[in-house]
Amino acid sequence: MRFNEKELVLLSRQPSERAAELGMRGPKKGDVVKKRLVKLVVNFLFYFRTDEEEPIGALLLEQCRVEREDSQTFSIAFLDEAERKYVFECDTEEQCAEWIDSIIKASYEFMRKNLIYYRTEIHRLTGKDPLEQYGISDEARFQVSNGRPLPTVPFLVAL
Amino acid sequence: MKLNERSVAHYATCDSPPDKTGFLFKKGERNTAYHRRWFVLKGNMLFYFEERDSREPIGVIVLEGCTVELCESTEEFAFAIKFDCVKARVYKMAAENQAAMESWVKALSRASFDYMRLVVKELERQLEEIQEANPQDELQLISGPSKENGVAWSKPPAALANARAPPVPPRRKGASLESPVCPGTGCFSKLHDWYGREVEELRVQWLQTFAPFGDATFQSCLD
Repeated sequence: MRFNEKELVLLSRQPSERAAELGMRGPKKGDVVKKRLVKLVVNFLFYFRTDEEEPIGALLLEQCRVEREDSQTFSIAFLDEAERKYVFECDTEEQCAEWIDSIIKASYEFMRKNLIYYRTEIHRLTGKDPLEQYGISDEARFQVSNGRPLPTVPFLVAL
Repeated sequence: MKLNERSVAHYATCDSPPDKTGFLFKKGERNTAYHRRWFVLKGNMLFYFEERDSREPIGVIVLEGCTVELCESTEEFAFAIKFDCVKARVYKMAAENQAAMESWVKALSRASFDYMRLVVKELERQLEEIQEANPQDELQLISGPSKENGVAWSKPPAALANARAPPVPPRRKGASLESPVCPGTGCFSKLHDWYGREVEELRVQWLQTFAPFGDATFQSCLD
């Protein structure tokens, strides 16, 4: 599948939500833990060899599950191949919790659910649709009933 | 650079509803002819397929940091997706009519994660303002979605403040997303940690009261 690699590399240089050196292990049997600079930018997780400018790779964080493996380790698995996990080793429990939290919130779909929730709540409390003033009330991506489930507790879904 | 391509392709075809779909003409990379492709926009990803019923996309354009402009072209209803980097590719596209072109240009201009984040932050801020201006509405919220574990997370009304209810975690201003279910609280893991600490403190108090000499039986009851 083709993708716009140059632009993705450019994206990896943008300010990140979170970045740190973590131990990272790939999903294949026989992959070992390697020290990587891991950087979260929008809904992508980039990973670099420390001190290299170009990332080795990127993970799109949609349709994925983040799990705590142990006190300092978390994993990311994608829903189409749940047995293949990318494993990340942190320095502390707190750092691990923070990464898990950030990654769950990094998906576009998660943000969309929040938006729909806020929109619905504001409308319920004020009788007004807050998106009207921006002229975007009819945008497909902001619709509640676009075949989407109603918002419940989205940030717990992936735990 | 590697990408988790299989999973990205899966995102394209999985049953989460797309933001926009339709046929567009896309100018080829090497040969300059326009090819008709089936496009699927999901979030900040624009996928394109050979046919409408193809099982896998031929490719994807990550739309972060792009601008969408109308452009001059031999094709009618043409527009371009441009990026701001050296030797960036310009994706030249053409729609089938004026309405389709306008609709696609609008949808693509608003497709970025950053844009979505801006709108979410703005609504979050508006909701906070509304809640602060109308504290009685918070009571409504308590009876609303926050029945998790039967505990009211939201700020208790002043009259009950003297009761020995667990103090509510402080509001986080301007930080990352608040819980969509319980506005005014932090993320679940912070809440969890916070309650964990309170439980720990209570446990210590209890131990000191009932087992001042470190009775092992009492210890094991607590675990």
